[in-house]
Amino acid sequence: MGLLSLVLVNLGRNKRRTVLTLLSVAFALFLFCALGGVLDTLAESIKVGSETRLVTRNRISLVFPLPLAYRERIAAVPGVKQVSISNWFGGLDPNDPHNFFAQFAVDAATYVPIYRNDVEIVAASPPQAEITLPADVDPKLAAFMTEQNACLVGETLFKRMKWKLGQTITVNGTIYPGSWPFTIRAVYRAKNKSFGEETMLFHWKYLDQRGMGGRAMVGIYILELSDPSRAGDITRAVDAMYENSAAATRTETERAFQAGFVSMYGNVPFVLRVIGLAVVFAILLVAANTMAMAIRERVSEIGVMKTLGFADATVFRLVLIEAAVITLGGGVLGALGAKLLIEGSHFNAMGFLPPMTVRWSTVSGGIAVAVLVGAVSGLIPAWQASRLRIVEALRPAE
Amino acid sequence: MAIPISYNVRNVLQRPVSTLTTAVGVGLTVAIFIGSIALVSGFRAAMLETGSPANAIALRKGADSEISSGIGRDAANILRALADVAPGPDGRPLASPELVVVTNRERLGQPGSSNVNVRGVDASALALRDHVKIVEGRMFAPGTDEVIVGVRIAPRFANCAVGDRIRFGQRDFTVVGHFGAGGSAYESEIWGDNPVLMPALQRDDVFQSVTFRMRDPARFPALKKELEADPRLQIQLKRESEFYAEQSGLLARVVLPLGVFITIIMAVGAMFGAMNTMYAAVGARAREIATLLVLGFSPLAVLVSFVFESMFLALIGGAIGCLIALPLNGITTSTTNFQSFSEVAFAFRITPGALAAGMAFAAVMGLVGGFLPSLRAARQSIAISLRA
Repeated sequence: MGLLSLVLVNLGRNKRRTVLTLLSVAFALFLFCALGGVLDTLAESIKVGSETRLVTRNRISLVFPLPLAYRERIAAVPGVKQVSISNWFGGLDPNDPHNFFAQFAVDAATYVPIYRNDVEIVAASPPQAEITLPADVDPKLAAFMTEQNACLVGETLFKRMKWKLGQTITVNGTIYPGSWPFTIRAVYRAKNKSFGEETMLFHWKYLDQRGMGGRAMVGIYILELSDPSRAGDITRAVDAMYENSAAATRTETERAFQAGFVSMYGNVPFVLRVIGLAVVFAILLVAANTMAMAIRERVSEIGVMKTLGFADATVFRLVLIEAAVITLGGGVLGALGAKLLIEGSHFNAMGFLPPMTVRWSTVSGGIAVAVLVGAVSGLIPAWQASRLRIVEALRPAE
Repeated sequence: MAIPISYNVRNVLQRPVSTLTTAVGVGLTVAIFIGSIALVSGFRAAMLETGSPANAIALRKGADSEISSGIGRDAANILRALADVAPGPDGRPLASPELVVVTNRERLGQPGSSNVNVRGVDASALALRDHVKIVEGRMFAPGTDEVIVGVRIAPRFANCAVGDRIRFGQRDFTVVGHFGAGGSAYESEIWGDNPVLMPALQRDDVFQSVTFRMRDPARFPALKKELEADPRLQIQLKRESEFYAEQSGLLARVVLPLGVFITIIMAVGAMFGAMNTMYAAVGARAREIATLLVLGFSPLAVLVSFVFESMFLALIGGAIGCLIALPLNGITTSTTNFQSFSEVAFAFRITPGALAAGMAFAAVMGLVGGFLPSLRAARQSIAISLRA
């Protein structure tokens, strides 16, 4: 199309300016999409939570445990297929306490089957003895299942810490004092990315015996349902059982449970959105300045074009398209760059969140914002150009 | 000889629209830079003001925060009876064994819930922390089911107004007052009487920490050595101020790098914009620059002059950035302190140092962004520029 080729020729005229503007837009869009990526990652982190699983915790807060005795009664509620347990350990790496990773004490015989679709075992020590494993437990886990202080670690964590299979590692307990040895018996990979690969799992029995003196307290119960459509009834049934007991419970879907962690970030998502807006406004200014400079230089040329019969509306459109093309170029570069660089870097907030993601919707949204900003930034210069009177435009500048 | 500065200043003011758009671009970057510094220093201040250097806090060995700590009643009694604990006006030791638990509470005005610290305190707790003042209602009466709520969280959570009933575990408590604590993290807590709170929250014989006023704060190192070696206690002793400073470490380690990352990327973008403006300025004034060179100004003088012009432009931006950031001062925001696992509200704090850092940052942007265009100005051929 004639108009577009004219735009391209105009862009090529002052290459340096075009490139600088393009890069400026690209950097801004990179940032815009990176910030969007943080929000995406937060949203993604609740996805590990399934609507078909329930989590029961102490009503006061997560910090309070529940008695192990609840397990049998919860499992007997109609619609509950099996119940597993999980307990935050809160240990620190003795060599570098800032090198954080999460540890959970779980009942592996039920925990592994519940998350069978989320993880796969990629490496494991050979078993010491023949044993029969529960159904749905990967046979590769035999060594892990039989050893009291064995642990199962995420692949990313395994690589980050440069651990080896069969190695005994030490973790310093903060809640459960002392230095705790664990032997790495298996490594898992997350099939469901949001499950995270920065976690260490070990046997709850070990924690109970060594850390709680057999008091048998549990952090949370995880309920797998045989009939997810009855989740609401089951939630009410479980909480009603313990309504008036010393440790009242709060049951919610696993997704709602995870969403609770995201809401703990408080105003952070809002702050990121404000910064994103500031970034967009900043590119608007850069692009507008560029277009204004371009038009100022071309005043007499626009006069010639109008003399040749170009309508005011065409001149208006020409300037607008030129602005939008620059920002489109920068936008595509920046937004795709954000997706590739950020996801490629496997950046991960120390296992607090799943690996950083930039959704395609964020990328395309960013590009749309860039084009829109380009068009808006071109409005005033385009309006000025279209209103230019031929006589004035062709008058010598000085 | 140097080109007079007024030459550049007039030039920048000659093109107000272009100057303003470039400067505002720089300004937004500077504003975000200042904002992230203000966030961290606000949070740090809230934490630092929480603790007093004259107080010492005992936690269990290995615990990195109050919630992961536990101190038995026996050990707490030993600590209270120490000769190193200063006596209060009533002659009783200024020592408060405290229960700290995280409770999940419904937010007000927005859906969802968040964690709030509940602190069971000894009667001496207020004398121990002189910055804690009742601002509304009254102090709880010892031995009753009354609690007081920090001013920062009172408007943010359900059932926290004076007169409301609030439930902990199996018991309802009455909110009888709100307290302020000089902007510190205590303002994000709920306080009640230990002997009443402990059974309600099923914490019978274990406190989380013991805080006491030292008779002689200078003796802290010796005292620390003594108590940490005592096999009956199994504790670690910290100055209260140091303990709370450490508690802000995690957030600072997350926010500062993030702020720097955001700022640097924005700065690069804004710098390209500034380069554009400066190239246009140099291009439009080619004849003028050539004239300067003919008049005998050295290329170096031209280079310096244009770099200065660019820095001047960026400093206008820096000033705009400071103006954009200033209203942030005092705005309250909140986030979960993952070290204590509960929400802490704090105010952005813009210090003169942060503003100065913002201006310095703007100057650097101007310097870097203006260098190449200035080099071009200094190197241009006089003959070609003066022709036509």
